[in-house]
Amino acid sequence: MHSLSKLGLAGTLAWTASAVLAAPPAIVTQGKGAAIACAICHGEEGGGNAQAGYPALARLPAAYIAKQLADFKAGTRRNAVMSPIAAALQAEDVDAAARYFADLPRPKPAAVAADAALVARGKDLANSGDWGRQIPPCFKCHATDGTGVPPHFPPIAGQNAPYTEAQLKAWQAGTRANDPQKLMRTVARHLTADDVRAVAAYLATLGPQEGTK
Amino acid sequence: MNRLAGYLLCTFALGGVAHASDGPTAPPGKDPAAHGKATPRKVARTPARPAPSRFTPPPANAIPDDEFGRTVRLGRDIFVHTQQYARDYVGNGLNCANCHLDDGRKADSAPLWAAYVVYPAYRKKTGQVDTFQSRLQGCFRYSMNGKPPAADSKEMTALVTYAFWLAQGAPTGTRLPGQGYVKVATPPRAPDLARGREVYRSNCAICHGADGEGTQVNGEYAFPPLWGKDSFNWGAGMHRVDTAAGFIKANMPYGLGGTLSDQEAWDVALFMDSHDRPQDPRFKDSVAKTRDAHHDEDCLYGRTPEELAASLKKRAKSGK
Repeated sequence: MHSLSKLGLAGTLAWTASAVLAAPPAIVTQGKGAAIACAICHGEEGGGNAQAGYPALARLPAAYIAKQLADFKAGTRRNAVMSPIAAALQAEDVDAAARYFADLPRPKPAAVAADAALVARGKDLANSGDWGRQIPPCFKCHATDGTGVPPHFPPIAGQNAPYTEAQLKAWQAGTRANDPQKLMRTVARHLTADDVRAVAAYLATLGPQEGTK
Repeated sequence: MNRLAGYLLCTFALGGVAHASDGPTAPPGKDPAAHGKATPRKVARTPARPAPSRFTPPPANAIPDDEFGRTVRLGRDIFVHTQQYARDYVGNGLNCANCHLDDGRKADSAPLWAAYVVYPAYRKKTGQVDTFQSRLQGCFRYSMNGKPPAADSKEMTALVTYAFWLAQGAPTGTRLPGQGYVKVATPPRAPDLARGREVYRSNCAICHGADGEGTQVNGEYAFPPLWGKDSFNWGAGMHRVDTAAGFIKANMPYGLGGTLSDQEAWDVALFMDSHDRPQDPRFKDSVAKTRDAHHDEDCLYGRTPEELAASLKKRAKSGK
């Protein structure tokens, strides 16, 4: 039923592409109690919402998604919208949603107007870092072109800029403190506000990425 | 208090550079560090400089767009993506840039610019004066567990050109601050495998794997293997526990360099180097004979951790 309606709604999708997509679980499309449907903010295809800064979830490793939800629940990662939803989620729904989004191809992010110099600076930081300021390149841990190294280093390419920017600021402020070994908090501490904007703008220009699960 | 500490640190750092006994020897009388040491009053009056200023190589985007620049770029590609660009010469899963961070530019990570200016030099390891080319051939033979490219090969020319380009403006024949790896003082307690395993588990395993196997993405190593068939062999510099401790202390965990204690760096270096890896290509007859012929150093080749600890203790006592 779901795959049928998907075919009807997204007629532009090639039949072969839609045929391999699994039907989304109920938690994604309908939600359960206080845990509202994932799709409302993240989209049924997991593309997120760039304007609102809701992250793309497609292609994030299932173990990574499950860990984030557990961390929201535990309070090591805090967000006004997501924390209460995570607290209301049941284990089987976490598992179902995580597996569903991990299997989706990451949609091409919406084109954003970004300052070319800013994007170039972000590209430099992502590829080479700036060791004089103790900034390692993003792509050393998140893999070439930011496709991610599962399960701990998520894909960062093709993520929307407002979300990436908010996360880097959250690492800096400590409202996100769920990184293993303080790796991201340490890197973020060395980034200026301009670095953050530059990296976020550049990463949003990449993709869609196949990445790895 | 701060002034005194700064002065002591300065003297120590300079002394460390001047007396580092491993590796090539700088020509006498050309060492600015020796000069600084002879005039301590001068140093004492400049308290705001705890460490000598470091050479800065040109930025990557300054490679010229001409024929010379093309060879520099090829050299950098070989250095960073050795698996793709010098496949025929590599016998494991490593890239040069795994141990020479920031594409060979990072100080205290055996930067290319500092290596370039200290060759040709006599080396105990080979018992001869090595040119920069023959030194690089050693890297291929041991660290890359492969077969060295010829001195006049396209690959060697490109690597030398990249190093030369990085070193532009640096004085030759002198040890630059940041050269090689830092020397980590012999730890108060003998390096210990059990403690090292714990340091590894909580600091290294996330990238290098629970069993040092590295992490692969699409068939390529995103994080290098630290032991086993795809890692450096028993003849590589990194198999020396003191060398590994120096690399780890300054550079690991990646992005968190300097956060491990000296003791932790030694313990985890011992743990890493206690695992099996490809045989020393100089192996002849037996491990014991090969050890006696080639492994007069702080390593576990044909030695138990206890024997290594005893040798470290002796060395610390004799002040060498």
